[in-house]
Amino acid sequence: MSRPEHLAPPEIFYNDDEARKYTQNSRMINIQLEMAERCMELLMLPEDETCLLLDLGCGSGLSGSIAEDSGHIWFGMDISGSMLKVAKEREVEGDLLLADIGDGVPFQPGTFDGAYSVSTLQWLCNADKSSHKPAKRLYTLFSTLLACLNRNARAVFQFYPENVHQTDLVVSQARKAGFFGGLLVDFPDSSKAKKYFLVLMTGGAMPMPPALGTENSQINYTSKREKMTKGRASKLVKKSREWILEKKERRRRQGRTTREDTKYTGRSRSGRF
Amino acid sequence: MKLLTHNLLSSKSLKGVKVGYPLRIVAKDVKISECEFNKEFVKKIIPKLDWKVFVNAAVEIGQTSDLSDELIEDYEDDDDYLKKVHHLLMEVEIINGELICPETDRVFPISAGIPNLLLNENEVS
Repeated sequence: MSRPEHLAPPEIFYNDDEARKYTQNSRMINIQLEMAERCMELLMLPEDETCLLLDLGCGSGLSGSIAEDSGHIWFGMDISGSMLKVAKEREVEGDLLLADIGDGVPFQPGTFDGAYSVSTLQWLCNADKSSHKPAKRLYTLFSTLLACLNRNARAVFQFYPENVHQTDLVVSQARKAGFFGGLLVDFPDSSKAKKYFLVLMTGGAMPMPPALGTENSQINYTSKREKMTKGRASKLVKKSREWILEKKERRRRQGRTTREDTKYTGRSRSGRF
Repeated sequence: MKLLTHNLLSSKSLKGVKVGYPLRIVAKDVKISECEFNKEFVKKIIPKLDWKVFVNAAVEIGQTSDLSDELIEDYEDDDDYLKKVHHLLMEVEIINGELICPETDRVFPISAGIPNLLLNENEVS
């Protein structure tokens, strides 16, 4: 899997060419939309109510259109001017800000009913300038975000952690800032469909929503004793009738010529022959 | 940028800024864009707004309105009043201009409707 965050800082990587992909490439659009939908679901907003949401790393505003479809009002923040230009061309309804979320979320306390972010957080795990300290930038983001969220609001971040250290870093900084919640992994058994969501809650510890694709995840096991008895039972006494029948059956399965089973099969000869 | 955003935005990401609210506006281009009136949302958002800042901002960008400095008490049932608030809050957009931090006088340019809040390395707290 290619990691764009290794190539260049986000404000340089998402140039005009890269930004255009987000309006033309249907595969990228669909992935973004799918994840934004899942984020909305995990936010668990009150139904039939217009909420004010914050889109962190909104890019071209694809995820915002999902919020619009559900009738919500949103603000978007992104560090890439090219992506925001595309968003303006698409005439998204949300108001856009060109800002670095690692420097904090500069809104008044209690502004938002929820915040979400699609494929953005991994960019903050890298130090793109000598002054960048990933842990500090994540902490600034989470602490300022917590301040501008309502009581009982949630924040959902879909992201692509590179390794377990990154997930640890992100989760620990979110906890340190005062959030409850943790990491949710959808389709943990699939390498392709696997998706990481950081689900953060403000108003006390609540049960985490269930992850997708984990219904059949219970591993079937056989205890040692069961396996032993089964092995003993299947071992037949050599040269016995059962043993011969099984051997003939196996040959038939292999498609080799085999005499048919009769009452004489496996019977020892009388002494007269 | 809409006045709704302005009303909720501060410059406290800047180093040394404590409140950073309200930001002063210098508007060069203002556009009115139609936006569907959502009564429930306007009713819900009014308590969150700093009303004085909202009225002053509207005056600052040259939008005439007959909204007084004080919020009327029974706004919830007054459709005309809510529509006026909706118009100023959601439909008036600042296309080009500046936002100015009240404490440090740092200027944040607004171009093509997008305020640029990017900070230099030495401004990050």
